[in-house]
Amino acid sequence: MSARLRWRKFVSAFMLSMTGVCAVVAVCVLFFILGYLVYHGGTSISWNFFTRLPAPVGEPGGGMANAIVGSAKLLFLATLIGVPVGFFGAIYLAEFSGTATAFIVRYAADLLNGVPSIVIGIFAYSLAVLPFKHFSTFAGGFALGLMMIPITLRSTEEFLRSVPISLREGAMALGAGKWKTIATVIVPSAYRGILTTILLAFARVAGETAPLLFTALGNRFWSPGWSQPTASLPVAIYNYAISPYEDWHRQAWAAGLVLLALILIINIVARGILARSVSVSRS
Amino acid sequence: MHASVRPAVSVNIPPTGTNTAARESAAALSMRMTVSKVNFFYGSKQTLFDISLGIATNKVTALIGPSGCGKSTLLRTLNRMHETVRGARLEGEILLDGKNILGLDVTALRRRVGMVFQRPNPFPKSIFDNVAYGPRINGSKEPIGESVEKSLRRAALWDEVKDHLHKSAYELSGGQQQRLCIARALAVDPEVLLLDEPCSALDPISTAKIEELLVQLKDFCTIVTVTHNMQQAARVSDFTAFLLIGQLIEFSPTPQLFTTPADPRTEAYITGRFG
Repeated sequence: MSARLRWRKFVSAFMLSMTGVCAVVAVCVLFFILGYLVYHGGTSISWNFFTRLPAPVGEPGGGMANAIVGSAKLLFLATLIGVPVGFFGAIYLAEFSGTATAFIVRYAADLLNGVPSIVIGIFAYSLAVLPFKHFSTFAGGFALGLMMIPITLRSTEEFLRSVPISLREGAMALGAGKWKTIATVIVPSAYRGILTTILLAFARVAGETAPLLFTALGNRFWSPGWSQPTASLPVAIYNYAISPYEDWHRQAWAAGLVLLALILIINIVARGILARSVSVSRS
Repeated sequence: MHASVRPAVSVNIPPTGTNTAARESAAALSMRMTVSKVNFFYGSKQTLFDISLGIATNKVTALIGPSGCGKSTLLRTLNRMHETVRGARLEGEILLDGKNILGLDVTALRRRVGMVFQRPNPFPKSIFDNVAYGPRINGSKEPIGESVEKSLRRAALWDEVKDHLHKSAYELSGGQQQRLCIARALAVDPEVLLLDEPCSALDPISTAKIEELLVQLKDFCTIVTVTHNMQQAARVSDFTAFLLIGQLIEFSPTPQLFTTPADPRTEAYITGRFG
């Protein structure tokens, strides 16, 4: 009896500590990665890293200015393509469509969200690279934009739907038409949520490498305009990390640190925006 | 066709000698809205049966009855808010100043027949922007600041908010929010104001303020209010309609309905035997 009781207590304590350990591990992974990046890449981050082009092999110094600007251009294009389609598609889903159409569109968006990014890359390659016979910033932005569509669409729709029906009725009872109600009441009420969604979608594709490998390709120099191959942070990390040079490895760690920091900051800002929106629309 | 030609069309006044005065005063009234033979369906389920009544100009008409009797549904047909619900169908005729509202442009109709809802539903904007919303979307010619002030005064809210018009409407109390919603509805100068249990989410003091307000607002517009509070109907309304399971049981001047109801079901309801 007492042995049995002791055994039960042991199992209970063991399981409790196991779950605790797993929870701690989940949190630690992030801090471990962050710490590792700082340890290896921190020393390589300098003013030059942000302002200089990559140095030729063997020459010390050099930076990743072209990859940083390239990433910015790619993300700008992606936002330009992904956000309007996702946003207006979400308005259609939340406000106009019948249940059958909505189901199909939603389901398709969820599937698109699950398509491996490398497949998106091949698709963009055949659509935006092959016909023009060269890799380009445009093709890379196109691939990333495709990835942003389902993310923006699904969460924007959720935020639009969460606007209380009473606000819609209030606007319509004042003589506002459907579109006026959407533009002046529903979207403004949900704008923090929508902004959060866009930021998170942006952060999600900022680190994507696979769709860029054969669309934007990479570049050791500046990429003027939109129709030439361009460097980007994720692809630069890939190329530098598999190189045999110690110096390049450090640069890859540094680029990883910059990318992770960017994504973390966007996430924190997005959560801040959302937290404030919850406290405003409580009533 | 003018509604005034057939005034007391459905004001149910029994032909007894004692009520001649009431009958004459009712006959002298002009009708802002006339509901005739309205049947209403949600899908195949009928929720209103052959309702006919007149809404007297610059008077308060109260719709009372137990939950689910169709009083809110009837109210919502008056500015076609029922059309926002899929599968809702209306048969019959509702006239506003002699014109069938089903033939009017729905946004124009709703500007003329405003509505205040059960729960205060201010927009997540400033107090000023809430009231200015209607005039802005309707392209009002009047300077916006003046019309906001006028509406807030009419809703008896001006003195409480005049120093912080640019604060969020959510910072107001529930009762203030409801008066803000009334001001918002008044800002487009509606001919008729519909109120759907406007006090049910409010405390007694806020309720008293809104009741007092309704009586004052009669000067500016015609009021139809739904309430399940019989004392409130007795205090604020000139005419009362009693509905039961989708049917109009009795429609009379308020004092008469509450003192000498013609129908035994009305008497049973107002004396608290059900509902």
